[in-house]
Amino acid sequence: METRLLEYIDGRLKEKEQREMEKHLAACSGCNVRVNEFRSVSSLLDELPQIEPSAAFDVRVRARIAAEPVKQDWWAWLGAAPRILVAASMLLLATVWVGHRQPDGTNMANSNGEETQIMQDQDLPVLENYDVLANFEPLTELSQPVSADDSSDQEM
Amino acid sequence: MLDVKAGDEQSFALLLHRYRTPLVNFLYRMVRNREQAEDLAQEVFIRVYRARAEYVPSAKFTTWLFRIATNLALNSIRDTRHQRMEVSLDAPVTVDSEEGDERPLDVAEKNPNIEEHLVQEAQREMIRHAIDKLPEKQRAAVLLHKYQELDYGEISKILSCSESALKSLLFRAYETLRVELAPLVALRAKS
Repeated sequence: METRLLEYIDGRLKEKEQREMEKHLAACSGCNVRVNEFRSVSSLLDELPQIEPSAAFDVRVRARIAAEPVKQDWWAWLGAAPRILVAASMLLLATVWVGHRQPDGTNMANSNGEETQIMQDQDLPVLENYDVLANFEPLTELSQPVSADDSSDQEM
Repeated sequence: MLDVKAGDEQSFALLLHRYRTPLVNFLYRMVRNREQAEDLAQEVFIRVYRARAEYVPSAKFTTWLFRIATNLALNSIRDTRHQRMEVSLDAPVTVDSEEGDERPLDVAEKNPNIEEHLVQEAQREMIRHAIDKLPEKQRAAVLLHKYQELDYGEISKILSCSESALKSLLFRAYETLRVELAPLVALRAKS
């Protein structure tokens, strides 16, 4: 009941609660005294003067707000600059188109290059020694290698 | 606030105009330093401005505003607890004060009786001191309840507690104030 005394003083109790409180206060001198003292305290608090913000207050607030960074909305910015939007779209399309085309040509070039490289790699030892082998005397004295066709002829 | 969210600068100016005085007063009573209170109030408005795009009207604007203010005030009190000024800045306003907008001066002007004014000011200082002695959360609850006239639901959201916890917080605060201000209450009862 005690904590409801303030609600009673503030007039924030419902009608039924208000009647119950009045009934209680009529019977309880302690609560009755407290209600009167709370009312006195409340009127004492009313005596404190109000202060007015200084004349510079509004100016300072406005200055601080003016100094606040403006938030940039990218979509709004693009909407406000349609030429940039069109140019950016074109650039994006061109990039996608070029990117799409390039892999085929590159792949072909790569595959041809790889084959050539492999052939070169296979012949490399022979090519490296070609001059030596061409002028290597013992080899010139040997009979020419017999091909498969020749051997079949001989058998005949 | 929804207009501010939509980018209407004029609506922000209206918000500033409407809430600057209650906000500065709340913060001033929390931190007891005028300059600091204005700095904190500025920070509240800047945070509101920065967060305007994310604002969802699920709670009342005042709840949101005072929640930011309360958190800033509580953090500031914690940060400066060791170096808090003991000199009250809303204690008697001097004639050469640059501010000159505090009401005690107005009262003095209306009431030529200097002795009466001094007594009145001493009593106000006693009230300020009693509020000052409250634990921070109780102080915030009393200030929001008494001066901003927010309902219990709003205050409990601002202080991130349940309504029943808030009611007992307020009750304890008023109990402390009742004891602290008992001499003043007795004096008023006699006169």
